[in-house]
Amino acid sequence: MATYRLRQLTVRHLSGSRAPALHALDLSIDAGEQVALIGPSGAGKTTLLATLACAHRPAEGSLEVFGRDPWRLSQNARHALRSHLFLAPQTPPLPPRQRVVTAVLAARLPHWSLWQALSSLIRPQDPDAAHAALARFGLGDKLYARVDRLSGGERQRCGLARLLLSSAEALLVDEPIAALDPALARHTLAILRAEAEQRKATLVCSLHQVELAREGFGRLIGLREGRIVFDAPREQVSDAMIAELYANEHVDPQPAALHDTPERIAVGACF
Amino acid sequence: MTKVVHPDPAWRARITAALVFIVLLYPLLVAGEFKPWLLFDAQSLRAAGMFLRDFLTPSIEPEFLAMVLRETWQTVAIASAGLTLALLGAIPATFVISERLSISRLGTGRMRPVAALVRQLLRWVLVLLRSVPELVWALLFVRIVGLGPTAGVLAIALSYTGMLAKVYAEILESGDAHATDVLLANGGGRLPALLYGALPESSAELVSYTVYRWECAIRGSAVMGFVGAGGLGQRLDESTKMMAGGEVATMLLVFVLLVAAADLVSKFLRRRLG
Repeated sequence: MATYRLRQLTVRHLSGSRAPALHALDLSIDAGEQVALIGPSGAGKTTLLATLACAHRPAEGSLEVFGRDPWRLSQNARHALRSHLFLAPQTPPLPPRQRVVTAVLAARLPHWSLWQALSSLIRPQDPDAAHAALARFGLGDKLYARVDRLSGGERQRCGLARLLLSSAEALLVDEPIAALDPALARHTLAILRAEAEQRKATLVCSLHQVELAREGFGRLIGLREGRIVFDAPREQVSDAMIAELYANEHVDPQPAALHDTPERIAVGACF
Repeated sequence: MTKVVHPDPAWRARITAALVFIVLLYPLLVAGEFKPWLLFDAQSLRAAGMFLRDFLTPSIEPEFLAMVLRETWQTVAIASAGLTLALLGAIPATFVISERLSISRLGTGRMRPVAALVRQLLRWVLVLLRSVPELVWALLFVRIVGLGPTAGVLAIALSYTGMLAKVYAEILESGDAHATDVLLANGGGRLPALLYGALPESSAELVSYTVYRWECAIRGSAVMGFVGAGGLGQRLDESTKMMAGGEVATMLLVFVLLVAAADLVSKFLRRRLG
């Protein structure tokens, strides 16, 4: 069964100009498949992952997740569906003052009763599982440390340890190795792939490291300016295709539109 | 001056808001009869001097001190009980009105109309609760339940429910939304998302505001004592009417000590949570 089926899916930004971020995508991802999403910055990789996580409503076209259109479901059914998907954003979503054990165990929240969620704040429900997940990323000793005591790379892996504790059937990972050194990056990707394989979960992973993507993933999707440039097994992805994907990357010297007033400006900017 | 090609889009809004603020402020100063120079009038200075001289000798009779101690205890009890009752109302209200915990907003940027309506209705109830001054609530409850601390407790509970819920919701919404959003996006419930995402982020601010409100409740209960709602305030009222400056001074010193104690508690808790 396909985990995802996208037909002519157009996704717009939710705020500001509501410009399309993804144009008429056709895409099908089978259960258990491992896909790398590559492309230049601003290509729409993060928006695509958010759309796949049902955290961004598409504007046109059809989206099927596990054979159902999430946006035709009732709100409760859609939220229940979200607990079968796991989105790991590029910035680890860990509150600085929280302890690592609590942050990692938060993966279990969708399946916990309210009582379990409350009591786990006072006495962690399953510290051994959290430790095992952290240990796979070499962070076992950080179990009871506070998140703000971790380095950037440690935080990123801590966010991925949370992924190991979720029971989702589709793992959507946004640049999981952005803050890691090359050796650690390879090791971390290998753990993610092994975990997905072991529990037969679908893995969609956006990456900026093309070499690692070609090395580890059987299928590559090249995204550029919100469109799929190629979607092929790795054997068929040539160096020329990669070069073209990132070709004449230039910074537009003169933006066509005037500046949008951002919805929120950084703290201290008054308005 | 050369023309800037990339003007700051927020600049005009800032200037306009500053001008509007000034234009609004001036009539407010006039309407408030803000005349600080009256303080330095010769007659005012003489009156103030007389008060101060009396205040320099706080009353320390054992019998009076025992009474003050008893009433202080009652004041602290009124403030604490009122605040606890207020928390019982404010925490669920915060949970309901906090827009960041909206599941329908997830992925659409828009809330369901029903959810938006419920939030707005509750906001109006909270506005009502806190727009009636606690002194007026106290007067009302003195009529209903009679003279004594119960009126003070109820008055604090009602008006502080409105204040606490509003400010709690604002504190939670000024924190970083990322952790909460991701918990919701991954299928977490509203309350767990609050507990695991927003709360660790803002706990120190929430605690410090709560302790500050407790301090305000102590002061508030003094004012409400003047209308017969019990506690040290009621004694303060009696002593003021009897022109017993020494007694008033003692009781004011007690208030200073209470506020300082609240400050210490707040500092301690913030350091623990920081």
